Amino acid sequence: MYEHDVLIIGAGLAGLRAAVEAEKLGLNTAVLSKVHPVRSHSCAAQGGINAALTDRGDVWEDHAYDTVKGSDFLGDQDAIEVMAREAGDDLIELEHMGVIFSREKSGRLEARAFGGQRVPRTFFVGAITGSAMLHVLYEQAIKHDVRVYEEWFVTSLIIEEGVCHGAIAFNMHTGEMETIRAKSVIMAAGGAGRVFEPSTNALICTGDGLALAWNAGVSMMDMEMVQYHPTTLAGNGILLSEAARGEGAHLLNSEGDRFMERYAPEFMELASRDVVSRAEQTEINEGRSINGNVLLDLRHLGKTFIEERLGYLQEVAVEFRGIDLSEHPIEIRPGVHYIMGGIKTNVDGATVVPGLYAAGECANVSVHGGNRLGANSLLDTIVFGRRSATAAAEYIKSVDSAGRSEEHLDAEKARIQALLDRPKGIRWAAIRNELATSMTEGIGVYRDQASMEGADAKVDEMRAKYSQVSVENKGKVFNTDLIFTLELDYMIDVAKTITQGALMRKESRGAHSRTDMPDRDDKNWLKHTHVFKDGDGVRTETSDVTITQWQPVERVY
Amino acid sequence: MPATVPTKLKANLRVQRFDPESERPETFYQDYEVEVEDWFTVLDALIKIREEIDGTLSLRCACRASICGSCAMRVNGQAKLVCKTKLDSVWSPGETVIIDPPGNMPVITDLVADFKPFWDKIRQVQPYLQPTGPEPVAEYLAPNEDMVHLAGVMNCIMCGACVSDCTVLEVDDRFIGPAALAKAYRFVADPRDGKKKERLEALNGDTGIWDCTRCMQCVEVCPKDVAPMERIMVMRDQAIEEGFSGTVGARHTESVYNSVKRSGRLNETRLAIESVGVMNIPGQLAMAPVGVRALLKGKMPSPIDHKIPSKDAVKKIVEKSEETSK
Repeated sequence: MYEHDVLIIGAGLAGLRAAVEAEKLGLNTAVLSKVHPVRSHSCAAQGGINAALTDRGDVWEDHAYDTVKGSDFLGDQDAIEVMAREAGDDLIELEHMGVIFSREKSGRLEARAFGGQRVPRTFFVGAITGSAMLHVLYEQAIKHDVRVYEEWFVTSLIIEEGVCHGAIAFNMHTGEMETIRAKSVIMAAGGAGRVFEPSTNALICTGDGLALAWNAGVSMMDMEMVQYHPTTLAGNGILLSEAARGEGAHLLNSEGDRFMERYAPEFMELASRDVVSRAEQTEINEGRSINGNVLLDLRHLGKTFIEERLGYLQEVAVEFRGIDLSEHPIEIRPGVHYIMGGIKTNVDGATVVPGLYAAGECANVSVHGGNRLGANSLLDTIVFGRRSATAAAEYIKSVDSAGRSEEHLDAEKARIQALLDRPKGIRWAAIRNELATSMTEGIGVYRDQASMEGADAKVDEMRAKYSQVSVENKGKVFNTDLIFTLELDYMIDVAKTITQGALMRKESRGAHSRTDMPDRDDKNWLKHTHVFKDGDGVRTETSDVTITQWQPVERVY
Repeated sequence: MPATVPTKLKANLRVQRFDPESERPETFYQDYEVEVEDWFTVLDALIKIREEIDGTLSLRCACRASICGSCAMRVNGQAKLVCKTKLDSVWSPGETVIIDPPGNMPVITDLVADFKPFWDKIRQVQPYLQPTGPEPVAEYLAPNEDMVHLAGVMNCIMCGACVSDCTVLEVDDRFIGPAALAKAYRFVADPRDGKKKERLEALNGDTGIWDCTRCMQCVEVCPKDVAPMERIMVMRDQAIEEGFSGTVGARHTESVYNSVKRSGRLNETRLAIESVGVMNIPGQLAMAPVGVRALLKGKMPSPIDHKIPSKDAVKKIVEKSEETSK
């Protein structure tokens, strides 16, 4: 048995930021991740991190309003205010830690334009901002000597009398299951993009943290809000950053028109992501596509500019498509990228379960509401990663012990062994692929009652089939076959919360765009959807959106 | 008319397997035949094997987009990030592509290597910014050129390809190695770091910058163009500039330079003596048997310079380069 003050599950930006804060506060801190920290999917964030730096004339309220509008007025404004207000200090702290942000001639930080915002306030490192930040936070974790359970996999949270007391996990190198007792747990396990296929997300983004928290009794809030990123590659779904459009790239249809003129005459290609993705999908649906794609055109930016500021995009284009972006436009389409919904928390990352906190993509504070602005996700991880550690530190002052019982371990050992002992059955991969393809079909850029019901029924079908999945590899050492089987269990849970959230919301808002109910309905649906686990089924609720200073208005870009 | 059925392309992969739990754990190769599409990467083929043919095959992979650094392994003997290696760049129909785990690291199972030694070496270079002086209220002021230059090193995703194929690590696992040295350079070259001299002093020691043999393998295999060896060479120059000249490597560099400047050619005998250090009596004595054997076999070059006819031209080149590097 291991014991800590705080156990952070996930070692991406939110997890590592929380860990560094917890160490600074003197807590006995541990981070646990199924991959080495620098492999976490935060590394794939490209474009930048938003902050209104007031010492150069920006105003945090403007950032907050752009975020509120981007969220289609579904974001909780108290949380958005916290994020926008604290962004500047957090950004400067990252710079002091060593992030090599791009500079102006004066040597000060340089910002680029990004979608849905009226002024440039996106700070960046070429097109590798997430990677550059993640590696620096890992440097800080080394500096602070943070304990990392590296390549460990969590099978369940320990909940005793309604309080979270740690987790049961196994060391992937040995297969040994252990109890990790902790006075508090911060869930920072990332998103669930693999519930859809194709997706920009890494193969590891299977919603483990969402499912763990859901099974512990926490609400999954606004899960229908799944972001389709406007510029992804067909087939494998690989992302091309919004930074391309931030730096001036155009979107063209098969007729060579900059079609965004018709959808967002003022912001053009830099409208909010949901708006641009819908515009692309409409062009594609109406036959102005090239093989089901539209074009992202960077040619006018020039080779040197592209390679210095968007180098990683050029690398992706050359490696995966054989295209030099300075010479040819590249075919792109909307693709699943991010889930705005997640574990319901307050502005301190606290969930309804005492001792359980959440931050980053798996959490829903909610600052992104119906649609996240580009470069607000990195900011979210940093601000709320830090705040959740602060809150956990305060909470554990009132906790004497995280308990000693090993009964959870015994139960989990038996459950995993039973999975390994199953007779030869179906492969996990078949179910995973069928589930994910159906989710993209049913919960698409555009959706309607029938498509969502179809996806929901498919999820139930896959849940039933899961009982026939067998694990081919019976070994203990780095058994990825077992890991994928357990991940699939999580994915089916997450998929169910998405389809249920989607079926609840009887309007179109943000990323939830129903062709059968195309209008936003502020009278009845200025509300969050909640999906709870209830025995083998689900229970749903709604709650009001927090509005502080900005009343909903028509959303025009 | 009979319909033509397109035949599916099948690729042959020979994959190194290792099961530490078997009765006699030893590595072996397993052959797989897998249907592929023309756009497949090596990783796509391996994933297809794992998902459809053999669930027991273990490998690491995550992002599929050459940014997480999980999937470095050897393809036909050379380290590659398999997610960005198109299958048709390493394989053509009828051939077999060979996949091994990355080299210079212990294997855990199949294609999964133990990165503990890798990260231990990263830790060895104090891999975090160490500014000195008061912290500014706002950001540190820094030239953008420096940040862009550093981005070339921050591009490193710690995939281990360079370490896998490093020819020095193959014979001496104490060498800090290309990845950790590139990481060290990221701080040495950061205008915000206040410990440049201390860092260079540490890297100047045994197992550090002077152990690289300049074989270029790390530059060749790096999937992110980090060019570790070039960073090591810059740190050698900087170490000498900072006054750390008391190493075999620094003396070797000095001796080569002086010899060429003097005579237009390399004086190998003096090079050996000067590299060890003229006043280093134990070192000279240790080298003596080699000298004696060389002498007996008639292989000892003359310690006196044999100037080449165009030595004045060489001297001019040297002077010109000294001028321009001022």
